[in-house]
Amino acid sequence: MSFLPKPKLHHPELATNDIGFTRRDYEGAISTLCAGCGHDSISAAIIRACYELSLPPHRIAKLSGIGCSSKTPTYFLGAAHGFNSVHGRMPSVATGAYLANRELIYLGVSGDGDSASIGLGQFAHALRRGINMTYIVENNGVYGLTKGQFSATSDRGSTSKKGATNTDAAIDLVGLALQLGATFVARSFSGDKAQLVPLIKAALQHPGAAFIDCISPCVQFNNHVGSTKSFDYIREHNEAVNRLDYITGRSEITADYAPGEIEVVVQHDGGVLRLRKLATDYDPHDRTSALRYLQERTVAGEIVTGLLYVDPEPENLHQRLNTVATPLNALEDRLLCPGSAMLETLNAALR
Amino acid sequence: MPQSQETSGPIDAWKETTLQPTDITHPDYFHKIVDCQWACPAHTPVPEYIRLIAAGRYADAYLVNWKSNVFPGILGRTCDRPCEPACRRGRVEADPVAICRLKRVAADYKGDITPLLPRPPAVKSGKRVACVGTGPASLTVARDLAAAGHAVTVFDREGKAGGFIRFQIPRFRLPEAVIDEEVGYVLNLGVEARLGEPITSLKALLAEGYDAVFIGCGAPRGRDLDVPGRKEAASHIHIGIDWLASVSFGHVKAIGKRVIVLGGGNTAMDCCRSARRLGGEEVRVVVRSGFEEMKASPWEKEDAMREDIPILNYLAPKSVVHENGTLTGMTFERVRAEYDAAGRRSLVPTGEPDEFIAADDVLVAIGQENAFPWIERDAGIAFERNGLPVLDPVTLQSTHPLVFFGGDAAFGPKNIIWAAAHGHQAAMSIDLLLHGKDLHDRPPPEVTLVSQKMGIHSWSYDNAVSIDLRYKVPHIEKGQALRDITTEVELGFDIDLAFKEAQRCLNCDVQTVFSAKLCIECDACVDICPVDCITFTKNGEEAELRTRLNAPAHHLEQALYIADGLKTGRIMAKDEDVCLHCGMCAERCPTGAWDMQRFLIDMAQVGARSSALAL
Ligand SMILES: Cc1cc2nc3c(=O)[nH]c(=O)nc-3n(C[C@H](O)[C@H](O)[C@H](O)COP(=O)(O)OP(=O)(O)OC[C@H]3O[C@@H](n4cnc5c(N)ncnc54)[C@H](O)[C@@H]3O)c2cc1C
Ligand SMILES: Cc1ncc(C[n+]2csc(CCOP(=O)(O)OP(=O)(O)O)c2C)c(N)n1
Ligand code: SF4
Ligand code: SF4
Ligand code: SF4
Ligand SMILES: [Mg+2]
Repeated sequence: MSFLPKPKLHHPELATNDIGFTRRDYEGAISTLCAGCGHDSISAAIIRACYELSLPPHRIAKLSGIGCSSKTPTYFLGAAHGFNSVHGRMPSVATGAYLANRELIYLGVSGDGDSASIGLGQFAHALRRGINMTYIVENNGVYGLTKGQFSATSDRGSTSKKGATNTDAAIDLVGLALQLGATFVARSFSGDKAQLVPLIKAALQHPGAAFIDCISPCVQFNNHVGSTKSFDYIREHNEAVNRLDYITGRSEITADYAPGEIEVVVQHDGGVLRLRKLATDYDPHDRTSALRYLQERTVAGEIVTGLLYVDPEPENLHQRLNTVATPLNALEDRLLCPGSAMLETLNAALR
Repeated sequence: MPQSQETSGPIDAWKETTLQPTDITHPDYFHKIVDCQWACPAHTPVPEYIRLIAAGRYADAYLVNWKSNVFPGILGRTCDRPCEPACRRGRVEADPVAICRLKRVAADYKGDITPLLPRPPAVKSGKRVACVGTGPASLTVARDLAAAGHAVTVFDREGKAGGFIRFQIPRFRLPEAVIDEEVGYVLNLGVEARLGEPITSLKALLAEGYDAVFIGCGAPRGRDLDVPGRKEAASHIHIGIDWLASVSFGHVKAIGKRVIVLGGGNTAMDCCRSARRLGGEEVRVVVRSGFEEMKASPWEKEDAMREDIPILNYLAPKSVVHENGTLTGMTFERVRAEYDAAGRRSLVPTGEPDEFIAADDVLVAIGQENAFPWIERDAGIAFERNGLPVLDPVTLQSTHPLVFFGGDAAFGPKNIIWAAAHGHQAAMSIDLLLHGKDLHDRPPPEVTLVSQKMGIHSWSYDNAVSIDLRYKVPHIEKGQALRDITTEVELGFDIDLAFKEAQRCLNCDVQTVFSAKLCIECDACVDICPVDCITFTKNGEEAELRTRLNAPAHHLEQALYIADGLKTGRIMAKDEDVCLHCGMCAERCPTGAWDMQRFLIDMAQVGARSSALAL
């Protein structure tokens, strides 16, 4: 960690976005993570994505659990709401917050330990319920904060820094998310912001449960030969199925690609995703074939990245429960507490 | 809406022309990054002395200066400061570091440094060198050559040494004690000073058998005004530099209540401010050009205006108005600037009625000329058509192999720091000549590059970046300043202000040094850099590459630092332009691929102990 804060001086030509903020306005406190930690790059990507989308920082709620990854919300969006929950319990807090106020933009940041080990059940239910949030797992294959034990996403046969071999099967969070009904599923790599930033932007705009498994090397405990989550290993085995080139709010589509090369996905809210295909036979709208493709490539030793699945018309928890649109904190007391007569009627109806 | 600027995709489509990796071992590469030092004609190691000031080591800071520019106390009050417009700080916030006034701090608080100065060497070379004039150029030559063991004699027609520093620059800007002290340090090196001795013949001087002659006689003639009435009213029209000299010598003690000062340079500023102190109540500066184009430094204009001296622009002198030879004022034609297609400016009359300004005295400060009446036509010195000597621009040797020029005498009126810079170069040439060596075979600078790493995140320089705005030097109260022409206006920074101002320096000499071998391309440096200097990307041709860096990079004179040999085949491209030298990239780098290394460049100098720098 650095002892000094990041200097306030910035590039003299630093641009501002549509709401008058510079990218630096989306920063947080200086990181206390190890120098070179992949998680810091993801924080930088989140900062850039929020800046480029001109999101008002105070309308964002950052939620996290426990771990180096879960510490990162302190290092971005200093002006946003934040909740650093118990280990593995971020999804519950997110669910509650989302139910109480659907107007905030929910961004959950978790780790592979936080979400695939202790919090696996929480992870599953948040996705299957359709919480409208962006759920990022900063996946390094270890418990970084507690000094590098194998996590549940660690590949069988990979070795620890000290040389021990992992004998358990790995959980693939992308596969799980697809099965559990997440309506936006992507995988990326902290070392490739060109891929990651547009994916985060797309996820933030997606009006349903959006999950990004972001491989994020732990330079301290999992960046050695024998690790399958090191910078070198990921760079060698990374197979991107597509590239998300632009995401523009509601602006016109002026694709200058050859037909078939580019796919335009219009999201429910009018947001536009432009997908440049890299694997020609890959269809990001078919859950089943996505799952099959993923498994085949994993067996072949590849790490598939890109936008793996998107449902442009997702359903979310509020729609399913038919809840009131107004945030609870904006409802009048009269509506929040309909009175004892109403309670009587209700109870009577249930007898 | 802004978009991510990074490019992605496989690194296959290499451009035809790609950038070569930067050769950081070339002494100029890092030197140019120290903008102030590069811009200083004498290449004073600015950040080095500023750090010493922050550390309270004023004597060391003074000596770093003294070695490079010979007159730190004088320059700390008067330098034209080409370093400041170049200062990187001015590109990241409103104002550059007050480099010049910090130099004065070193001089003000240094204490007695005489024991630290070099002594005349015991072993003499047996060679004799004559210097004509005792301005900063000659004194620099004398200092360097005396310290190298040569016998130097300086001649001046005036009774005191110092040149224009002594008798042009007014005392309210530069106290005489400072001149005495710093001229003294030079003469005490065993330099023979023959003052009050004008040189009237170069041939006669050469006939005295000197092994080399340096001519530092300045540009002593003030340009005159040529308008109707000038001759008739002559008794109240004065040539600026002659008048300033007379004021300095005490021959002139008063001036009329209403004064017109013609001209927009620094001499005009000294004239008008001097006039205010000698009885001038309505002093006006009148310039032909626009206010913005005036030659005077912005701070000198400010100082004049602060003393209630209006500067009237776009007025061309038309005639001197007098009654039977007694000056009553001047008329001026109103002009405006017009630019032709090539952007050349001409001043054309506006056609409005002329302006009359009443005055009791006129000071003419419209330029200076060189004059060498004492150099015989057949002395072997060739002159250009503009009256300046034909010189080798590097060695400053004239067409006479034993005769060298420097300062205002060499290329026309400039300033003190250029005079000192010329002095060093001429001294180097003369020393080579006296040793029978090739004058063009000049010793290279001495360069050192030392890591500043002390611990994982601690450095032996203060890498915190101050966000303070530039501090103003306190001035004496105006009424008091105007009462006495020898009262110095600027009080100088006190130690507290000096520290705070020194902390504004970005330490541009502490360089970011990159080692591609160690880099794992984790992006930590890219993410932390507060000014977005660093990009990992595909190689390409420079103009194109500059368009796809993480931040705008259109200051082409500022280098891109390029390194190849990365695992992904990309290059590291760092735009040096607005790097804060904060060391954050190195702090966040997990492998030490970035390091902060202090770059010291010690320009070769005759007679200097090498590595005289303090740290
Ligand atoms: C009014 C005024 C204000 C200035 N203010 C500044 C300022 O604030 N900052 C700055 O950097 N520069 C300033 N300058 C410019 C600066 O003074 C000169 O550029 C600088 O002094 C030039 O140095 P030099 O060594 O070439 O010669 P000079 O300083 O001009 O010295 C030449 C010396 O040679 C002597 N000499 C000439 N001919 C003979 C001869 N034949 N025999 C014997 N001796 C001779 C003269 O008496 C004189 O002492 C100012 C100039 C003027 C006129
Ligand atoms: C209930 C509970 N159990 C165990 C821990 C100890 N613990 C802290 S962080 C952590 C693992 C974090 O791993 P991960 O989520 O992958 O984060 P990383 O540090 O790798 O980013 C564990 C087990 C805890 N804080 N709380
Ligand atoms: S231990 Fe690993 S995950 Fe944690 S901060 Fe260090 S590098 Fe990052
Ligand atoms: S910031 Fe300091 S080192 Fe950099 S150019 Fe300015 S004075 Fe020189
Ligand atoms: S020292 Fe490093 S982090 Fe600081 S401004 Fe320069 S390149 Fe950026
Ligand atoms: Mg982890």
